[in-house]
Amino acid sequence: MERFTQLTGRIAAMPAANIDTDVIMPKAFLKGIDRAGLALGLFHDLRFDAEGRQRPEFLLHRADMADTRFLLVGPNFGCGSSREHAVWGMLQYGIRAIIGTGFAGIFADNAANNGLLLIILDPIEIASLGACLSNDTGLISIDLEKRIIIAGDVSIDFGIDPDVRRALLLGLDRIGDTLTHSARIHSFQQAYLAEHPWLVEESAR
Amino acid sequence: MPASRTLYDKIIDRHRILSFGEAEGAGERMLLYIDRTVLNEYTSPQAFSGLRDAGRRVWRPEAALGVVDHVNSTDPARGAGSSDGGAQRQIDYFVQNGRDFGIEIYDVLHPRQGIEHVVLPDLGWVLPGLVIAAGDSHTTTYGAFGTVGFGIGTSDIEHLLATQTLIYHRLKNMRVTIDGRLPTGVTAKDAVMAVIRLIGAGGAAGYALEFAGEAIRTLGVEARMTMCNMAVECGARVALMAPDDKVLDYISGRPRTPPAAMLERGREQWAELVTDAAAHFDAEVVLRAEDVPPMVSWGTSPDQALAISDRVPHPDDMPIDRQADVARAIAYMGLEPHMLLQGISIDRAFIGSCTNARITDLRDAARILDGRKVAPGVRAMISPGSSTVRREAEAEGLDRIFIDAGFEWRQSGCSLCLAMNDDMLAPGERCASSTNRNFEGRQGIGGRTHLMSPAMVAAAAVTGKLVDVRRFPSPETM
Ligand code: SF4
Repeated sequence: MERFTQLTGRIAAMPAANIDTDVIMPKAFLKGIDRAGLALGLFHDLRFDAEGRQRPEFLLHRADMADTRFLLVGPNFGCGSSREHAVWGMLQYGIRAIIGTGFAGIFADNAANNGLLLIILDPIEIASLGACLSNDTGLISIDLEKRIIIAGDVSIDFGIDPDVRRALLLGLDRIGDTLTHSARIHSFQQAYLAEHPWLVEESAR
Repeated sequence: MPASRTLYDKIIDRHRILSFGEAEGAGERMLLYIDRTVLNEYTSPQAFSGLRDAGRRVWRPEAALGVVDHVNSTDPARGAGSSDGGAQRQIDYFVQNGRDFGIEIYDVLHPRQGIEHVVLPDLGWVLPGLVIAAGDSHTTTYGAFGTVGFGIGTSDIEHLLATQTLIYHRLKNMRVTIDGRLPTGVTAKDAVMAVIRLIGAGGAAGYALEFAGEAIRTLGVEARMTMCNMAVECGARVALMAPDDKVLDYISGRPRTPPAAMLERGREQWAELVTDAAAHFDAEVVLRAEDVPPMVSWGTSPDQALAISDRVPHPDDMPIDRQADVARAIAYMGLEPHMLLQGISIDRAFIGSCTNARITDLRDAARILDGRKVAPGVRAMISPGSSTVRREAEAEGLDRIFIDAGFEWRQSGCSLCLAMNDDMLAPGERCASSTNRNFEGRQGIGGRTHLMSPAMVAAAAVTGKLVDVRRFPSPETM
C-alpha cells in the first residue's frame, strides 16, 4: 500500500452528494484480472464523451487543475458498489487524499487498505476550506503525523482512526499482522465449530 | 458485555476472536471470525493474485463458494464461453483459482449458476446467526435470515481468504420499525424504497440497521431479502431481521441445508437471536405500513424516489444545498420539474437482479402479465435470479406467461442490473427496472433507470408507461 506522511498539492472541489463508485470507476474498467489501467477509468464517463474525446469543461481537465492531488467532496462519497477499482483508480490518477463530511463504509475500508487518506470534517470546516480554494492558489498541505490541514492562513485539525493512521504512515502488511494471531484463530475456530457443527461442510465432516 | 444487547451485537460478540480496544470515534476494533463467503469473477481476481504472490493458502476453502454472475451472458442459448475477451479472461482465471485453491466454483453452465445473493439462499447455505462477508455490497441480503452480511473490497477478500477473519469496526445500531401491514398492491420493495427516501442515501451510514415491526413479521422470507438487500442504498453496512419459523421453514430441505438433527440443535441456539427488550439503539425510525405507497424513483440516486401518484420535484422546492444535484438528476433523466410520474413513457422493462428476481417476485409479475401483452415499442426482459429459480418458474409454467406476453425469457446473471455483459440500455433509453440502483450510466451510458417493484415493472411494460399497479387488477379480479 501507499504511505502518506505529509503532502502539499492542489485540491479540486466536487460538491455533489452521493457520488457513487459506478461514476468513479465505470463498468468498462472492471474486466481486468490485475489492477492496471485504472487512471484512465477514473470518472471516465464524466471526463470523456462517447467518441473518447476529452471533455474540456470537466473539472480535472482545466489547465489549472492538471496536478490535482486532493478532492473536496460532498456527503456520502463512494456509495454503491464495493469495487475497489474506484480506490485503485484514484491513486493511479494521483489523488492521494479526499476530504468530505462522510464516506460510504466499503469505500472507506478500501481506501484504508490501499493508502488513500480520507479525512472527515464538519460542514463548517469544509466550507472554510472551500472558501480558501476560490480566493487562493488552490494549494493545501496535509500533515498526517500532526493531523493538520493548512490552506493559506487557515489551519484545520482533523481526527482519524489511529489504526488507519498508523497503517498509512507505516504501510503495514495487514494479512501478515493477522497471521501472527494464527494460533488464536485456530483455537477459536475449533471451539466455535464444535459448538456449531452444522457449519462443518460435508466433505470435512 | 451489557446485559441487554441488540441482535447485531449478539452475533458480533459471538464471532469476536480478540478485541483491539476502542478506537477514537470509530467504535471497537476487533479480529472477527467470518463463517462463509461467496466470490464472484470480477472482484476476486486480484485477491487470488495477492495470495499467489505472497505464497499464501486459503485458510478454509470449504467456507467459500464461487459463482460467475456479473459478466456472463444471459442469452437463452448461451454456451460456456463469452465473446467478450475481458469477461472470458475473468471467468477462466476464476475457474483456475477455484481449482488451485480448492474452492468450489459454479461456472456459467453449472445447473445452480445465478446471482450470488440468490444462489446462497437457494442452496440453504445461509443460516441464522452467521457472519458472511463477500466482495459485493448487496451481501446485506442475508440479514433476512438473521445473518450479519456485509460487503468488502478486494484487499479484504484476500485477508478473509488467507485468515478466515477480518479486522472489523463494530457499527452503531439503528432500528427501523414498520408497524401495521402493507396495503394490497404494496410490496417489500416499496417499503424499503420508502425507508431510503425517508432517511436518505447516506442516512444509515455507520449503522447496522435492524428492521422490526409487524410489517416485517408478516412478510415472507424472500420479501425480507428484498428489504435487507436494498438497505445498503441508505448506507447501512449490515441489515438484520430476527429469524423466525418462516426462516426455518425456508432453509429446510435445500441442497446444503444441514441434516435435520443438526437443525434441531441450531434451533435451540437460534432462539436467542433477538434484540433484548431493553437494548439501546443509537437511532430509531418508525413508519406506518399503511402509509407506504407503490414507489418509483425519478432521479439518479435511490433516495430520489416518490409515490407513483406524485410529481417530479422542482429544484426550487428543495433545500438550497440540494438544488444543483436535483437539477442535474432531472436533466440526466430527461424529465421536467413538476411532471406527473404516472404516464412517463418507457422504452425498456427489466425484471431481474438480486433485489427482485426470486420465484415470488416472478409470480408477482406473472399475475399482472397473465393474458396481457407488452406494449408495442417496449423491449421487455426477464432474467431469473438463478438457474434454480428459472427451472422452478418453468415447472410452474410462468415462462409461458412471460413469453406469451412478449417478455424475453433469459438465463440468469446480474444482466441489466449493471450491464457488464451485452444487456444494456442505449443512450437516452428509459427503463422500468426491478433492480436496486438508478445511478448515472449504471444500465448503460446515458441510460435512464426507474426503480420499482416487479409488479410495477410488469404493469409499466403492458401500458408502455409508468403506472400505479393498484389500478391494474389481475384478470381474475377484473
Ligand atoms: S444483481 Fe446487481 S446488485 Fe445484485 S450482485 Fe448483481 S450487479 Fe450487484
